[in-house]
Amino acid sequence: MSAAAAKASPFESAPLLRSRRLWIDSLMHKNHFELFGLPERFAIDLQALDQLYRKIQGEVHPDRFAAGSSAERLKSMQLATAANEAYQTLKNPTSRARHLLQLKGVETEEDSNTAMPADFLMLQMEWREAIEEAVAASDIDALDELLSETRKTTRQLQQQLHAQLDEADATLAAAETVRKLSFIDKVQADIGHAISKLQDA
Amino acid sequence: MAYSDKVLDHYENPRNVGSLDKNDPHVGTGMVGAPACGDVMKLQIKVNDSGIIEDAKFKTYGCGSAIASSSLVTEWLKGKSLDEAAQIKNSAIAEELALPPVKIHCSVLAEDAIKAAVADLKSKQSDKEVA
Repeated sequence: MSAAAAKASPFESAPLLRSRRLWIDSLMHKNHFELFGLPERFAIDLQALDQLYRKIQGEVHPDRFAAGSSAERLKSMQLATAANEAYQTLKNPTSRARHLLQLKGVETEEDSNTAMPADFLMLQMEWREAIEEAVAASDIDALDELLSETRKTTRQLQQQLHAQLDEADATLAAAETVRKLSFIDKVQADIGHAISKLQDA
Repeated sequence: MAYSDKVLDHYENPRNVGSLDKNDPHVGTGMVGAPACGDVMKLQIKVNDSGIIEDAKFKTYGCGSAIASSSLVTEWLKGKSLDEAAQIKNSAIAEELALPPVKIHCSVLAEDAIKAAVADLKSKQSDKEVA
């Protein structure tokens, strides 16, 4: 045991350990928003999320449970894992919307729903063709430009999600917006790969 | 991932890549996409006056399995009636190409593209009858 952990920490006294244990129990099996005490909305205060995440990670640090039972240590570890998963999910707008929809009982069906608006699919085709052409011409500027164009669409879709989820209860429309964002995430990743490949060449 | 020989064959020598005139009343266009992997597939069929598919073209952006699935169905579609075309099942595509479980959704995409193209053509034809 390290010197710091051996020093009687106030957290390791029996009553405090008990209150910490109860606190952990109260956070088990909460959804990602409840875990941080944040409202179940698409619009989120990312700074607050960061702070709340760091606070929980500090509270469940293994050192604090050095004197606890193995069951308590296991629980604190489970909470640390849950907090990490919740943080990653809420930080990313697409996965945050997907989680919100799941809480409302709506699946986003990104694996099975292939019907998308024709104009959106046309745009996807055009972007894919533009990537191919830019790669063939080793045109990094064109790829950069395409990337900012896709980011503009991403921002528009995120604004739509805010309207669909926070201002209305348009869950099916929001599920389609998530599918669109999922598409664009993939396109952006592909453009990123194409750019780094050209830079390495 | 190891692709089967048939997937590789279609991927390296895709059949019937291209476009048909989407405004032609004899042409049906189906466009579908797979959000999870970002694949986009456009499938077009052209029927003759007796309703038999005489030409099929595709354009697919996606992995080898998605390209092979669409290339394969363009071959299968020629000579079929619309009803026969709509009966093509993704399981048959997956079996022919020996797709692994993680690539089954590529064959689903091809099946959905056929259905969308047939539906587009049927709606064009019923519009014409009404007019």
